[in-house]
Amino acid sequence: MLARLFRNLAVPVIVLLLWQLLSNAHVVRPEILPSPTAIAARWIEYLLPQEPAAGFLDWLQSSELLSDLFASLRRVVLGFGLGAGLALPLGLLMGTDKRVEALLDPIFQFLRPIPPIAYIPLAILWFGLGDPPAVFLISIGAFFPVLINTIAGVRSVDSIYVRAALNLGADRMTLFRRVILPAATPYILTGARIGIGTAFIVVIVAEMIAVNSGLGYRILEAREYLWSDKVIAGMITIGLLGLAIDVGVNRLNGYLLRWHRGLEH
Amino acid sequence: MPSHFTEEIMLSSVNSAAHAVGNINPASDADVHIHVKQVDKVFGKRGAEVVALKGIDLDIRQGEFVCLLGPSGCGKSTLLNAMAGFSLPSAGKLEVDGKPVSGPGPDRGMVFQEYALFPWMTVERNVAFGLEIRGEPPAQIDGTVSMLLDLLGLKEFRKRFPKDLSGGMRQRVAIARVLALDPPIMLMDEPFGALDALTRRSLQDELLRIWKQMNKTIVFVTHSIEEAVYLGSRVVVLTYRPGTIKQDLPIDLPYPRDSNAPEFNVIKKNLATLVHAEHERFANDERGGLTLD
Ligand SMILES: Nc1ncnc2c1ncn2[C@@H]1O[C@H](COP(=O)(O)OP(=O)(O)OP(=O)(O)O)[C@@H](O)[C@H]1O
Ligand SMILES: [Mg+2]
Repeated sequence: MLARLFRNLAVPVIVLLLWQLLSNAHVVRPEILPSPTAIAARWIEYLLPQEPAAGFLDWLQSSELLSDLFASLRRVVLGFGLGAGLALPLGLLMGTDKRVEALLDPIFQFLRPIPPIAYIPLAILWFGLGDPPAVFLISIGAFFPVLINTIAGVRSVDSIYVRAALNLGADRMTLFRRVILPAATPYILTGARIGIGTAFIVVIVAEMIAVNSGLGYRILEAREYLWSDKVIAGMITIGLLGLAIDVGVNRLNGYLLRWHRGLEH
Repeated sequence: MPSHFTEEIMLSSVNSAAHAVGNINPASDADVHIHVKQVDKVFGKRGAEVVALKGIDLDIRQGEFVCLLGPSGCGKSTLLNAMAGFSLPSAGKLEVDGKPVSGPGPDRGMVFQEYALFPWMTVERNVAFGLEIRGEPPAQIDGTVSMLLDLLGLKEFRKRFPKDLSGGMRQRVAIARVLALDPPIMLMDEPFGALDALTRRSLQDELLRIWKQMNKTIVFVTHSIEEAVYLGSRVVVLTYRPGTIKQDLPIDLPYPRDSNAPEFNVIKKNLATLVHAEHERFANDERGGLTLD
């Protein structure tokens, strides 16, 4: 147990120590690469309230890090909700009805390879600056993975479940809601995970260009002042948020798929 | 409509024209439950057709336990699926209680070889599914589910998911799910085919008990001659390509049957001769293909 902990931590600790030593010896200039302690100090400063906070809520408001984090998270949630919310019913429909698929597939095949980032100029022209273009871009990033996987998921539904349901008297709506949707859930969740990953990349880029709040905006702003310690503190925050989202989604997956046999299927 | 799942089922309505042609014959006597008259089923495109069923005539009365027996590929499932309404005949007449079969329905409960339990639902939700669709009040559903889980020895698995159950348990749940709707007819496609011998026998005995107690009509597809003779009040042997009825044999042995009794084995032997002749044709047809266990 202790040995494993040691093995896992050995390399990171050595790297950090070397980094700190090099910084202390002024081998690299702090504007290029600040020392780990400087970054840590900056991260704490970034997290703490800018004015003395009266209470927890006050602190949430006044901490620059937290308000950036919530701004980014809000955009991810809105954009993902919009993109996935459109993709899910469309995917269910396209997966089950060949005619709908024949109508829509060509246009989606054409649009899909365009990276969401490439929509930035158009998004700004259409929506100006601020949240709308950011949410729009994120929703594009989330839309396609969810759509593609939902279609694949519906296709993968074993027709024996459909037969069984029809035999038990299921109508079309019940079939969709209680058979096809749950049977396709493993694929849909895979799509959702990829979609959230894309949304997270897009939010940072969108904030660098179209908005003036959020983690992406903050690290670009810090660069203008040559605050490389704050740039890295911001990057660490982005990493932590990404990790937290991933853990959360994983938990949700585990719960929703508690019936699933996995590979054995 | 999910077209790629239900194409066969949808096609069925087109086929009702075929029924109209058959309607020249007057309806047969009143106690015929399932009426199959000159039924053909052809699969595939023109030029590459497979005639799965050819001129099937079969009248099944209320309370019969009919076993469909025959080699792999002879059309047993095709005939059962036609009765279930999943895939309607290419020609001929198929009626239940005098009404042409036009699609699947809860009056003909189907038990599949692959169990086909909904893996995302617990045992109790699986059993309740049909009742919920029917719109019964929750308290009543709960009562029926409890009764059936008791009947089939599934009480302690109530909240489990199918993945946690053995094959025998899963098939019990599948039977309970169908029984919940109390269908007059149960269609069973090799339901015990994947089970070990002991589990199989105990489920056969339970099925016989349910059949007697609940007064069901059962059509039961099997590969196994022994199973057919153990269960059936009547055994129907199908031929291989085209699928026709080779022999329609009532089994008069009293229940419960003793599979070691000499009478039992005489019947078994007679059926074996018939089935093996068909199996030869099957084996010649499938050069280097399938093997029969
Ligand atoms: N959807 C289909 N399309 C084309 N051919 C089919 C289709 N379904 C069945 N067949 C053919 O019809 C014949 C009868 O098939 P069926 O599944 O009814 O046989 P079976 O007696 O149930 O065999 P088994 O014991 O292996 O289950 C087979 O030759 C099969 O290849
Ligand atoms: Mg079969």
